[in-house]
Amino acid sequence: MTRPALAQLVAVLVRPAAARELSLADWDLLVRVARVASLEGRLQATIEDAGMLPDVPPAPRRHLHAARVLADRQHAMVRWEVARIHEALAPEAIPVMLLKGAAYVMAGLPSAPGRQFSDVDILVPQARIQEAEQHLFVQGWVCEGYDAYDQRYYRQWMHELPPLTHMRRKSVLDVHHTILPPTARLHPDPALLWKAAVPLDGFPGMYVPGPADMVLHSATHLFHDGELENGLRDLADLDALLRHFAADDPHFWEHLTARSFEMDLARPLYYALRYGNELLQIPVPDSAFRALAVARPASPLRGLMDGLFRRGLKPHHWSCDGRLSGAARWLLYVRSHYLRMPLHLLAPHLMRKAIKDHRKAKREKSEP
Amino acid sequence: MIAHEDLKARLRDAGLAIQVGPFVVRLRSQLDRIERSVALFYDRQLLPVDGAPFADFHVTLARSSGLRTVWRPQARFFLDGRSPFRPLPLAHAYPLFEWGLNWCIAQHAHDYLMVHAAVLERDGRALVMPGEPGSGKSTLTAALALSGWRLLSDEFALLSLETGKLVALPRPVSLKNAAIDLIRERHPRAIIGPASHDTSKGTVAHLKPPDSSIDRMHQQAGPAWLVFPRFSAGGSDRLQPLDRAEALLKLVGSSFNYSVVGGAGFEAAANLIEQSECLTLEYADLDASLGLLNAVAGGPA
Repeated sequence: MTRPALAQLVAVLVRPAAARELSLADWDLLVRVARVASLEGRLQATIEDAGMLPDVPPAPRRHLHAARVLADRQHAMVRWEVARIHEALAPEAIPVMLLKGAAYVMAGLPSAPGRQFSDVDILVPQARIQEAEQHLFVQGWVCEGYDAYDQRYYRQWMHELPPLTHMRRKSVLDVHHTILPPTARLHPDPALLWKAAVPLDGFPGMYVPGPADMVLHSATHLFHDGELENGLRDLADLDALLRHFAADDPHFWEHLTARSFEMDLARPLYYALRYGNELLQIPVPDSAFRALAVARPASPLRGLMDGLFRRGLKPHHWSCDGRLSGAARWLLYVRSHYLRMPLHLLAPHLMRKAIKDHRKAKREKSEP
Repeated sequence: MIAHEDLKARLRDAGLAIQVGPFVVRLRSQLDRIERSVALFYDRQLLPVDGAPFADFHVTLARSSGLRTVWRPQARFFLDGRSPFRPLPLAHAYPLFEWGLNWCIAQHAHDYLMVHAAVLERDGRALVMPGEPGSGKSTLTAALALSGWRLLSDEFALLSLETGKLVALPRPVSLKNAAIDLIRERHPRAIIGPASHDTSKGTVAHLKPPDSSIDRMHQQAGPAWLVFPRFSAGGSDRLQPLDRAEALLKLVGSSFNYSVVGGAGFEAAANLIEQSECLTLEYADLDASLGLLNAVAGGPA
């Protein structure tokens, strides 16, 4: 009874009419899996779009509706934050590229409706990042709660400032200068990203990534940078983006695969298409897989990655877990760090982190 | 009504389905305290085994694991396998369940404007009482519920965004500190559970709502009075009219999800104000204040 909840969630996302075939007991688990996967709002949007909401029984429909209300509220806040960022940086002529959720919402892409998220991510040219930080600071974004070591870690080794928090609104802003840490194995060139960027209507000086780059960034974030907690949600984003862009441009797939080599991101794209097709039935033409054949891992590694990602990408819900899920997640976590930094930098960093966490836990325990 | 052995078995196995107003809670627990309290307070709200294929909240109350809990046992609240807050001493397991359930509702029930307020009803008309902790709201609520008013809610007003009416969420009224003995003395036949001492809110004990309040939980009520109580020890009991604009600000200030539901929440709050007599209550003596509220509602003082 418990196994098919994930399969049913995928079935409804792919073919909303499948919602009609679900019993209340099915919904009981499906809603919970969707919630853990941050897909409740997306599920509502998909079902609503297909005109199927009246077919959902009132008890689960209430939860889908609530998730959508929450997502719509987050979108309104993101629009507000983006306008404030524009106010802070446009007068200084610092170009800003919106990434991920903020880009989907502001560009009105089909990956936006119902999408749940919390932080806003932006990219600014590396040469202007300090200036950007100062002007954001004047408008109330501060960097707090990070000690000297964290500060240095971010500024020296990472591709972003430590997360900024707005003093009054408490919203969190991540300011990047490229999409992967400079220490990472892959080296996408941010200059190429800027060259293909698309201006955002109504906000001079603001951009979203070009269509292919938007797909590549989403794939890279998921398969190279290691945050798999919302893996299925991110695959659903990719699904919506790929369908949309491919419908818009008959040469999109050729362009996408060629661009992935140019950006040094062919491997993450290969993974995204392979597992997106497998888990979420994303339609991928054979020609795309053929073009990416040289980027796929050699066979022993491919088998291992299949084993890891097939487990790690599932929602982190007990009903989706198998015997090896925990181990797979841990190995993927280790992999993400290993891909971020060479070992001689990573080992001391993880050591310091472990000591700090241990000290923090000790302090918390000694509270009454 | 189900036998106690059956209740225990369901709590330990597939879960016990409880109808809490518009929500179904499926509760699992091995803890004796939970079992006793649920049997005492929720016996009229239990659903048959096959009566609730869909539950809104899947809650587990469990003993924390770990070496330290051998000499300092703790209870932990889980919503569908995840624990959103820190454990509490095992003795506070039942209040933890009630607080945890508040959290579940506040996080998810955005088809209502949720307000931190008590709600009671007489002759089909609802009295809404938002109140800060320490305002005497729970004491007044308990006394009203035990003297002819129907209890819709002790501290969680659900204003339906669809109907504009108040939806009942009948749960035990949480009495704090001196109020526990006060209510016990005035109403010796009221059912009050065991006290939990030294919680973050002091000593807490729960009063079971009257049967009639539970049996009528699916009846909504239109708003008629919006009263903001304020306890003033040694003062005099007074009801005074409150400016509507100020009442609206105070009402949305007590809401848990006003910022989430946006425009629909504003409409609902404004409609409630429109339909209600808005008052402040300075409250010093329980009998005097009850008399004032009863008189406003047009009944015997």
